[in-house]
Amino acid sequence: MADLKLLAALCVLIPLVGSTLWFWLGARFGEKVVSIGAVTFLVASFLCMLGMFFGVHEAARVDFFEWIRISSNASVHFSFLLDPLSLTLGLIVTGVGSLIHVYATGYMKGDPSFGRFFSYLNLFIFSMLMLVLSDSLVGLFLGWEGVGLCSYLLISFWFSEEANAIAGKKAFVVNRIGDFGFLIAIFALFQVFGTVSIPDILSAIHLGNLTADQMFWSKIACFGLILGASGKSAQIPLHIWLPDAMAGPTPVSALIHAATMVTAGVYLICRLQPLFLLNGGSLEIIAYMGGLTALFAASVAIFQNDIKKVLAYSTISQLGYMFLAVGLGAPVAAYFHLMTHAFFKALLFLGAGSVIHGLHHEQNMHKMGGLRKQMPITFWAMTVGVLAIAGIPPLSGFVSKDEILHTVSTSGRTALSVMAFLTAFMTAFYMGRLWVLTFFGKFRGHHEADESPLSMTFVLVTLAILSALGGLLNWPELWGGHELLNEFLSSVVVQKKIEISSEAFHHSLLLAGFSSLLGLAGLGLAWLRYRNFSGKEFEAPVFNLFKKKYYIDELYDIAIVRNLKQIGWILWKGVDGLCIDGFLNGLGTGTTRLANRLRGMQTGLAQQYAVWVWIGFLLLLFGAWTVR
Amino acid sequence: MNVSIAHLLFLSFGVFCIGGAGFLMRRNALSLLICLELMLSAVNIAFVSFSRLHQNESGNLLYFLVITVAACESAVGLALILNFFRLKKNIRLDEATTLKG
Repeated sequence: MADLKLLAALCVLIPLVGSTLWFWLGARFGEKVVSIGAVTFLVASFLCMLGMFFGVHEAARVDFFEWIRISSNASVHFSFLLDPLSLTLGLIVTGVGSLIHVYATGYMKGDPSFGRFFSYLNLFIFSMLMLVLSDSLVGLFLGWEGVGLCSYLLISFWFSEEANAIAGKKAFVVNRIGDFGFLIAIFALFQVFGTVSIPDILSAIHLGNLTADQMFWSKIACFGLILGASGKSAQIPLHIWLPDAMAGPTPVSALIHAATMVTAGVYLICRLQPLFLLNGGSLEIIAYMGGLTALFAASVAIFQNDIKKVLAYSTISQLGYMFLAVGLGAPVAAYFHLMTHAFFKALLFLGAGSVIHGLHHEQNMHKMGGLRKQMPITFWAMTVGVLAIAGIPPLSGFVSKDEILHTVSTSGRTALSVMAFLTAFMTAFYMGRLWVLTFFGKFRGHHEADESPLSMTFVLVTLAILSALGGLLNWPELWGGHELLNEFLSSVVVQKKIEISSEAFHHSLLLAGFSSLLGLAGLGLAWLRYRNFSGKEFEAPVFNLFKKKYYIDELYDIAIVRNLKQIGWILWKGVDGLCIDGFLNGLGTGTTRLANRLRGMQTGLAQQYAVWVWIGFLLLLFGAWTVR
Repeated sequence: MNVSIAHLLFLSFGVFCIGGAGFLMRRNALSLLICLELMLSAVNIAFVSFSRLHQNESGNLLYFLVITVAACESAVGLALILNFFRLKKNIRLDEATTLKG
C-alpha cells in the first residue's frame, strides 16, 4: 500500500515539478535539455501509472492528508481513487501525453517560448491527473479548473496575435459557465449526502432511502453536472469554444482539445453514473444532447476549409457520440470510444500538424493537395486515422462506434438512431474530403512541402498502430472476441450485457455491415466529388447555414454577448465611473476646494489673528453664559 | 471717597478695552507692544483688587508673575521689532505677511 502511495504521489508530482522547472529555467536550459527533460518526466509519470495499473486489484483509495475541515464530522481529504475508470483514463492521459510531448519537441523547434510551452503542457498533465485520480469532488474540481486554465494558456500561447488571445478568452469564459454548473452540483451533493467524497456518495446512493427533499437536490446536482460536462466536452449549447480553440499550437489541439481534456465531461458522468441512474430524465437529456451535437457538428465539419476546424467539429461530433452512449446506459461503449477516439483523433490532429508544419503554417485545405508523394509517412498514418474514424472494419473506430450504434439501434429511439447513422455517414464524408483535398489531386499551394522530422513521424506511426489495433481491447464477444474493457470496468459502471444468441449475432452483423457500408459510401462520395478539385465547393444559399455554423455564434452575440457588454459598460461607466470614482474623486476635490477657501484666513497679519482670537473668546463667553 | 471693588474692576475693564482696541487698530509695532502692556496692566489691576477683596496674597503673587512675563515678552518683542526694522526699514506690522497661506 505504501508503494502505491509513493507511486501515486510521484505520478502526479513529477509533471508539476517539471512544469515549475521549465517555466523558471527553461530559457537557461535551452531547447535540448527541456525537450529531453519534459519527455523523460512524462514517461516516468506514465511508468508510475502503469505500476499502479498492475498493482491495484479492483480498486484502492490512497489517502494523503486531511485537506479542508468543514465541520467536526465532515472534511475533504486529499486522496486518490485508483479504480479501473480512473486508471484507464490516467494511462491514456500519460501515454498519449508522452507521445504528444515527443511530437511537440519536433513541432515547436525554434519557438522563442519553448520552455514556457512545455511548462504549460506539463502543468496540464498534472491538472488532468488531479481531475482523473481525485476521489473527492473538490479535488476533481481543482483539476477541472486546472485543465481549463492550461487550455486557456495554451490556446493563447502565441498571444501576440489578438485573434489567439480572443479565442483563449472565449474558451475560458464559456468553460466558466459550465464550471458554475459543476460548482452548484458540488454544493447540492454536499447538501444531500454531507460529503464530497465520490465513493461515499455512491455508496449512499447504493443504500437508497432518499427523501423527497434529497431527491430534489440530487436532481439539481444532475443538471449542474450536465451543464459542467457540456461546457468541458463542448456539447450543445456550450460547444462554441472548441473550434476557436484551434488557434493554439497543433500538439495542444491534439492533447487537450481532442484526446484528454474534452473527454473530462464523459469521465465525470461515467464516474457518477449511479446518480444519473437515480434521475432517469437527466440521462435522456444527455442522450439527446449528444445525438444532436453529433449530427450538428458533423454537418458543419463538411463545410469547413481549415483543416484543423474540420477536425475540431469532428471532435465535437465524436464527443456527441460518447454522450449519446452514456445517456442510453452504455458507459463502457462511451469509454471505449473515448479511448479509441483519443488514439485516432490525436493521430489525425498530429498528422494535420505535420502537414501544417511541412507547408509553413498553411491551414487552408484549398491550398493543399497531392501531398502524398512529399509526405509519405504522414500520408499513410493519416490514412489509418481516416479509415478508423470513418468506421471501416476492423480498425478501432469501427469497433467502438459500432458498439454505440448497436446501443442506439436497440434502444428503440428512432430519432436518435437516425441521427447516429446520419452522423456516421457524414463523418466518413468529411474525413474523406479532408483526406482527398490534402493528399490527392494537384498541389494548389505556394510552398514546397517536406516530410516532418523523425520525432514527429515516429509518433504518427505509433499512434497509427494504436488506432488500428485499439479495437481489440473490447472486441465484441458476439464476434468471438474478448471484451477486456467491459470486464475491467464492470465493477465501476453499469451496462447491460448483450446476450449471445444467433438472433443478436445476426442483428449485430447486419448493423456492422450497414455502418461499414455507410462509411465506405461517405468516403467514396468524397473521393468522387473532390478527386479533381478545382476550387469549387457546394454553392447554394442553403449551405450558408452550415458554412456559418448555423449562425450560433452570431445568435449568442446578439442574445447574450452584446447585452452583457452593455451591462458591463453601464457598470463600468455608470457604477464604477460615476458613482464610486465620482464619490472618491469628489471627496478629494471637495477637500481641495474647501482648503482653498480656508487658506484665505491665513493672511499672515498678526492683528487679524488677534481679531479671531477675540471672536473666539467672545464665543466661549457666550457659550458659557448660555450653558449656565 | 470710598473705593469699591466695582470701581477697580471698571478701571481694569476700561484699561483692558483701551489696550485691546489699540492692539487691533494701530499699525506701529511699538504701539502694539505698549497696548499689550496696557492689557496686562489691566489684568494686574484686577488681580490686585481681588487680592484686596479676599484679604489674601494670591492675587499679589500673580501680579509679580505677570509683570515678570511682561518684562520678558517686551524684551523678545523689542528684539523682534529691531530685526524687523533691519529687514524692512520700517516697523509697520501690516507689512509682515510672510506667513500668508
